[in-house]
Amino acid sequence: MNPLDLSFRHKIPLWGSVLVILTALAVSATLMFQTYNELEEDLVIDSDTLARALIPNLFSALLQGDVWWAYETVSTPQREWAGKELPNKAENIIVLDNDLRVFVSAQPRAVRIQTALRDIGPEYAAVTERIGSAGISDKSAFGVPGSSHLFIVRPIVREEQQLGHLVIVLTKASFMPRFFEIARYGVVAGAVILCILLPFNWYWGQRMALPLVQLAQRMRDIGKQLPEELDPALYSHRDELGSLFNTYNKMLTDLKAKEELERQVVQSDRLAALGQLAAGVAHEINNPLGGMLMAIDTLKNQGVADPRTAKTIALLERGLGQIKDTVGALLVEAKLKSRNLTPNDIEDVLVLILPQVRRKTLHLEWQSDIAGDVALPATLVRQVLINLLLNAVHAAAQQGQVSCHIRLVDGAMHIAVANDGKILTTEQMSHLFEPFSPLSDDGHGLGLWVSYQITRQLDGDITASRKAGRMHFDVRLPIGEGSA
Amino acid sequence: MLPIRNISSVRELARLALRIASLWIAGMLGLATALADPLPLRIGLTPIIAYDRVALTEDLRKYIESKLGRRVEFVRRDSYRQAIDLLAQDQLDCAWVSVYPYVYLQHHYNLRLLATPVYRGRPFFRGYLIVPAEDTATGSLLQLEGKVFAFADLYSFTGYLLPRYELHEAGKDAASFFAKTFFTRGHKRVVQAVASGLADGGYVDSYIWDTLAATEPQLAAKTRVVEMSALHGFPPLVAGRKMSSRDFADVRRILLEMSSDPEGKRLLGRLSLDGFVAGDPAWYAEAARMMRVMGDI
Repeated sequence: MNPLDLSFRHKIPLWGSVLVILTALAVSATLMFQTYNELEEDLVIDSDTLARALIPNLFSALLQGDVWWAYETVSTPQREWAGKELPNKAENIIVLDNDLRVFVSAQPRAVRIQTALRDIGPEYAAVTERIGSAGISDKSAFGVPGSSHLFIVRPIVREEQQLGHLVIVLTKASFMPRFFEIARYGVVAGAVILCILLPFNWYWGQRMALPLVQLAQRMRDIGKQLPEELDPALYSHRDELGSLFNTYNKMLTDLKAKEELERQVVQSDRLAALGQLAAGVAHEINNPLGGMLMAIDTLKNQGVADPRTAKTIALLERGLGQIKDTVGALLVEAKLKSRNLTPNDIEDVLVLILPQVRRKTLHLEWQSDIAGDVALPATLVRQVLINLLLNAVHAAAQQGQVSCHIRLVDGAMHIAVANDGKILTTEQMSHLFEPFSPLSDDGHGLGLWVSYQITRQLDGDITASRKAGRMHFDVRLPIGEGSA
Repeated sequence: MLPIRNISSVRELARLALRIASLWIAGMLGLATALADPLPLRIGLTPIIAYDRVALTEDLRKYIESKLGRRVEFVRRDSYRQAIDLLAQDQLDCAWVSVYPYVYLQHHYNLRLLATPVYRGRPFFRGYLIVPAEDTATGSLLQLEGKVFAFADLYSFTGYLLPRYELHEAGKDAASFFAKTFFTRGHKRVVQAVASGLADGGYVDSYIWDTLAATEPQLAAKTRVVEMSALHGFPPLVAGRKMSSRDFADVRRILLEMSSDPEGKRLLGRLSLDGFVAGDPAWYAEAARMMRVMGDI
């Protein structure tokens, strides 16, 4: 698997860690390089200070050709260093005459006097070249390729009279123990910093990645189902990621609204079809039914001697009457001419409902804005209101609560009925307004169907919702122009 | 009343007081002069003894001072020539010098031999030719041709005259025989030069080398004695011209009695010497002969 395809949950912390480690290494390397250079520079400065201190004596010694004096001069620092591990310890101090021959050296066994410098060894041959070609006029510090030595060369000069050169031979390795000591501190400090930064980086990386990962998961799921909203607490900042969160949540809300709308359209289409079907069937039944009832009426008026026949006729009459009631209920006829709604109608409904309210010792919250005539058919509104209230009272628990608010807002009458009874499931809600509702324990289950049909015929709408543990039924009825 | 009222008496009284005052001042001055140290006895020291052993020479100075009952001053000089000059200019009462300066001073200024130290039972010493210890091949001075050679002092007997004489006898000239020569102004430094490898050889005083072998064995061990010269009179103490005969006798007596004095004996022990004898110029006749051969006197 390509490491670049890894989840952000791993990739961000990993990249962070790699960067942290690389930075630590780069900084350490720079510091160590710097330290090495500084140590070397210190060594050169120390040695040059020594050279400058030695030169006046060496000039006099050279002037007098006094080998012993020169030897004492160059060997004194060496004796001081004997047996000590000093970083500025010179390996040898050599005095050259103007012919680049060794006048004296602090280590006469290694570098014998009277030897030509170039004959001492290859690196000294290189030093000879350097002194010979460049004509060293002041301090010069240089290394020779392939050599572990540093050479500090200074002319032995007074009043522009040069008598030779002083060469201080340094071992680069002499400051290595000090360098390693400093480097060791550097490594420990680097490790401590990494110990702090790496977990922090890991935490931060995870923290960055988690919202992205969740967002990605939810986006993947959108095709199959509507995913949950993202927890805003997961990422509360207002940067690009935060705005992505907001956008996602807004998109999700829109999707949900769209789905709800589709569901409502489907439901209302179904209810409309059902209404047409029911009305059609009712009309088809009503016509023969009227004839049959008329015939039975005629038969009864003629008088029936045979008690058995009379009993049968009574049976038929009851059965047909029941059919008529049922069909009548299905056949909601809103176009019937009716008088306008008055406050008295509302009062009547209250009076009608109160006995049942008392029986269940419910708390009824009642409020009505209706003060005068309202241009709505009184009979139908009463029917809707009674249906809703009876349902609410029926659904409410013993000693429960039922509320009814009737308002006139924006040219429409709003009826809001709520109860604290059993909360319906989503499935139940979707079949709420269908005829012969299975929710109805008694009655024929046509109450909400009828209310729905009435509302629709009055160009209003009726909705059921669950809010704060209560079932709410809201009806909106636009008031006709013929308001009194 | 009192005669003091008389003017002439007053004047006399004043004159008397003045006289008393001047007498008193003179007396005080005289006393001061008497209390001040007489001129100290100045003794010159050269590298013939390890004069850089400050504690030892200081103890020796105090010893002589206490025996003499007079302040003693040691005048340390790095080169024999300076000691010779100081004696020639009467700036020293006496000096402990090498054989060469003694012969030189005796020849030119007729200076007297004050005392000769007794070393290992005899008032003699010799010269050692030394080479670095790792040089196991060299067996004689003549094998050091073309090498670097360290001399002690231009006026040193063992450290300069002996090798020169030996080469001269072999028909060589020291100036061209060696590739490089240099002076260290001291026998101990010759040992150091050879021990460090700075020089391939050097001639030193046997007394110095033997003492070093005891006091600084690690230094002496870096050198190897190749040749030993014949015996010569030990580097003596020489009396300057200005040394009074009383001082001469006192100092000689003190030196000669050192070996019988417990503290003197201890000091001699630290100097690796057995004592002092009056000395005989004849012990230095061979050295003088060599110097004549070399044209030095």
